[in-house]
Amino acid sequence: MAAVTPEVLTSTHVEKMKKKKLPKRYWEETEKTDQSQRRPEEEQGKAGQNQNKSTVKEKSLKRKNGESLEKKDPFPGEAPIPQKQLQKFQRGKKCKVPAGARERLKEAIAISEAMSEHAQKQAARYDLLLPEDAGFLEGDEDEDTNTISQADIADAVDITSGSKYFNLHLSQFGPYRLDYSRTGRNLLVGGKKGHVACIDWQTKDLKCEMNVMETVNDVNSLCTLRSASRWLHTEAMFAVAQKRWLYIYDSKGVELHCVKKFNDVLRMQFLPYHFLLATASATGFLQYLDVSIGKEVAAICTKMGRLDVMAQNPHNAVIHLGHPNGTVSLWSPNQKESLVKMLCHRGAVRSLAVDKTGTYMVTSGLDRKLKVYDIRAFKPLHSCFLPAGASCLSLSQRGLLSAATGEIVQVYQNVLGSNPVSKPYMAHRLRGQIWGLAYCPFEDVLGIGHGEGFTSMIVPGAGEPNFDALDTNPYRSHKQRQEWEVKALLEKVQPELIGLDPGQLSKVDQASFEQRHKEQIEALGFDPLAKDKFKPRTKKKGRSSAGAIEKRKRKVAHEDQRDEIRQSVQERTEREKELKEKSNEKKLGNKSTLDRFRK
Amino acid sequence: MKVKVLCRNPDDYVRETTRDIQRVPRNYDPTLHPFEVPREYTRALNATKLERVFAKPFVASLDGHRDGISCITKHAKSLSTIISGACDGEVKVWNLPRQECLRTVQAHEGFVRGICSRFCGTSFFTVGDDKTIKQWNWEAPGYGVREEPINTILGKAVFTGIDHHQREGTFVTCGQTVDIWDEQRSSPIRSFSWGVDSFSCVRYNPVETELLASCASDRSVVLYDTRESAPLRKVIMQLRSNTLCWNPMEAYYFTCANEDYNLYTYDIRHLDVPVTVHMDHVSAVLDVDYSPTGREFVSASFDKTIRIFPKDKGHSREVYHTKRMQHVICVRWSADNKYVLSGSDEMNIRLWKANASEKLGLLSAREKAATHYNKKLIEKFQHHPQVRRIARHRHLPGDILKQKRELREMREAQRRKEQNVRKHSKPGSVPLLTEKEKHVVAVVE
Repeated sequence: MAAVTPEVLTSTHVEKMKKKKLPKRYWEETEKTDQSQRRPEEEQGKAGQNQNKSTVKEKSLKRKNGESLEKKDPFPGEAPIPQKQLQKFQRGKKCKVPAGARERLKEAIAISEAMSEHAQKQAARYDLLLPEDAGFLEGDEDEDTNTISQADIADAVDITSGSKYFNLHLSQFGPYRLDYSRTGRNLLVGGKKGHVACIDWQTKDLKCEMNVMETVNDVNSLCTLRSASRWLHTEAMFAVAQKRWLYIYDSKGVELHCVKKFNDVLRMQFLPYHFLLATASATGFLQYLDVSIGKEVAAICTKMGRLDVMAQNPHNAVIHLGHPNGTVSLWSPNQKESLVKMLCHRGAVRSLAVDKTGTYMVTSGLDRKLKVYDIRAFKPLHSCFLPAGASCLSLSQRGLLSAATGEIVQVYQNVLGSNPVSKPYMAHRLRGQIWGLAYCPFEDVLGIGHGEGFTSMIVPGAGEPNFDALDTNPYRSHKQRQEWEVKALLEKVQPELIGLDPGQLSKVDQASFEQRHKEQIEALGFDPLAKDKFKPRTKKKGRSSAGAIEKRKRKVAHEDQRDEIRQSVQERTEREKELKEKSNEKKLGNKSTLDRFRK
Repeated sequence: MKVKVLCRNPDDYVRETTRDIQRVPRNYDPTLHPFEVPREYTRALNATKLERVFAKPFVASLDGHRDGISCITKHAKSLSTIISGACDGEVKVWNLPRQECLRTVQAHEGFVRGICSRFCGTSFFTVGDDKTIKQWNWEAPGYGVREEPINTILGKAVFTGIDHHQREGTFVTCGQTVDIWDEQRSSPIRSFSWGVDSFSCVRYNPVETELLASCASDRSVVLYDTRESAPLRKVIMQLRSNTLCWNPMEAYYFTCANEDYNLYTYDIRHLDVPVTVHMDHVSAVLDVDYSPTGREFVSASFDKTIRIFPKDKGHSREVYHTKRMQHVICVRWSADNKYVLSGSDEMNIRLWKANASEKLGLLSAREKAATHYNKKLIEKFQHHPQVRRIARHRHLPGDILKQKRELREMREAQRRKEQNVRKHSKPGSVPLLTEKEKHVVAVVE
């Protein structure tokens, strides 16, 4: 603070000069305002002290008078929690006590409700303790944020953050695809002409680099697995979709597996909680590889042709595929048909992205439109026309959308929601055609793979500021990683649990008895509740003739329905009787002898 | 332009020295934790499996008796001491943590029928087939001194059971009559009988201390008040009850172990229908004892198993058996609620964990938290078919399994028969009886 104040003071005395404004640090203004605010406060404080003195005197007087010494709490009770924060941690609706419930059930419901409310409050309170705030970028008056260049931003921010804007000039093996590891520490780039490199991008430490001497279609950094051998102290493993087959390398670049069952793979997605690698191939197959046991879980023939647009829904692990006919289809490994098919574009779908809450899907197509869908209701929210069309889309953790339009990367804010897309939040021009876009998790960084190499771009406000160390910890030690790995493998979610609603398992199965019975018959192949048919015993001395058997069968036929039949027959006869009586009365009534006197 | 970019200081996230614990910043935002329910379900499934993996209930076997164990009693004050009586009249005092016999007394000729500890923990009483009641000191006699009872009372008939009052110097025995004795006198203060010739068990109520309950050989359970001259009331069942035990927490409930393979929990205020019928044994139930918390009880059966029932459930939550354990005669739940003791025909006393998969010894805070978490998870997902299947599975010896199936078939046949009888008789003449109502014949005031 001491370093800043003199500058502020001088600036107030110096006359106005036409000079390019130095980019200000974001804290400068706040400090200033703080100071200006502080003065009256101090004055107030002095006054307050005076007041305090007087109150002390009064109190001492009161004490002499023998009044109670108890101080009143000015803020009684617990600190209130904002409703918005509470809402964030709401899980499901409150359980209603059914009418006529037993006392024990009522008690159990009350207890569980109280406990969940307590947990919700605790979690909401913890939000105040989160250490980091999200980044932001604000322009001056009549300054568009999208005109601010990356160099300016890098100059304005601190050195560490400034170093996050960098270029890797790799023009030889061009255009590059990329993937960040889940913790955001490692970056994997794969050039179309076979160049694959694994980099710790913050320290710019190259972990491995090689040329696979083949076309590379896609790269994916898998999560960790059992280390192949002991000297392997780094853990990452990555998959590379090469010209024919899928290869898995470790972080040193040693080829671990060549999976020949997975051929002509174009795109890959890794489902981290299921340990599944989903691949989409040129032959139209969607395949799932369980990387923890190395087995193919499912192979689905989509019959949709070449699959080169793929995204995963991080909320429910459903795979979204975009097709040349403008449809987007949703897949789970448990079903041979798609879960949902949506017609999204008039032309082919070029790119897809799904946000982390699983609520919104953003698509771009050859019709040069960018559309936002609500995928809970499968409804379009809004669409906009991009003159160049977007070839790649990516959504950040905090909901910034980046779109690659030709050689320019545009970043949009507040896309997810009902308000339509306006001008971009940021833009950055590159030299080559853009091939890959990915946000780095937990960092304000957008990685761009293009024809001339790789560019790391600073996008303030993109990353989630506070990570959960038990889930993904960028600063984890070797030991912590090992422990996490064991835990993660232990709670690997089975592929059978992938569906549109991941919370379905906690809901009450309200399928009717008939439905469940039908399912049971389907599963077993026979009806377990069916009564076996009556089989009359064979008797001797000619009593088992066909006629006799038939007679005996008749005796027990429809035994279970006999009561009902008897009752219904009785009712019917009674009704008929009544009707008859009524009609008789009517007839008699018509023919009364006194009728002739009536007019 | 105002700009802020996320920039974390690693010092805030990495521990300072290797001696510190690792820093684990948390963020409970639900969007950072996808697949909450499937992951929790997986954890619950794992917890259930681990619970079954760690279910090793057998702790120790105390051997040393030369005949079948007929009765066991806990020390009134000390957790680590128990006494057992055998069919050859021998009484042994055991130290549980060291699993050794402290003292052996040849107390009776013939069976030791009952043992009870005095409430103050200074002496204990035994009754035997030789028609005597003997009072023994808990302290072992000095070296070279003969084991002598403090007091011996010669009765007229064989005693089959004994129980001591909770606070006063009186005790009760049963045999041909139910007798109430003063410790200072050699003849009973009061004798109760209600037209039967023998009782098998008598127990003081732990809360309403003047109340008594006994099992009689005429298939009845009789209630007494020691302040009155005549018995209070009795409930007659279809078969004889062997023993009974009061619930120590809700002392208006008692549970009796019946010859018809079932246990019945009665409320003494409504004796006409049992509160719960506990069925699972496949042979006569010989003994029953409540846990000190009053939430569960353990039963010993002639079918060579012991089972643990929740007090309000009709079926057991646990069954213990070993290859070598024969007919279990007596069973006790330890006063710290952690162990179950069973004495069986083949001269051994076995020590079991009350909770089969519990880890013994001191637990660290993390271990405790983990066990609590796992318990809660299992409870949350208990109705899911996979979890339920694993949690319910118990291995049973082949012959018990066979008997179980046989019993089920017999019950099914009886049910069918009853249905047919009802179908072919006048409506209302064969009433539908619930399982609870079936076993009570009459309540006599």
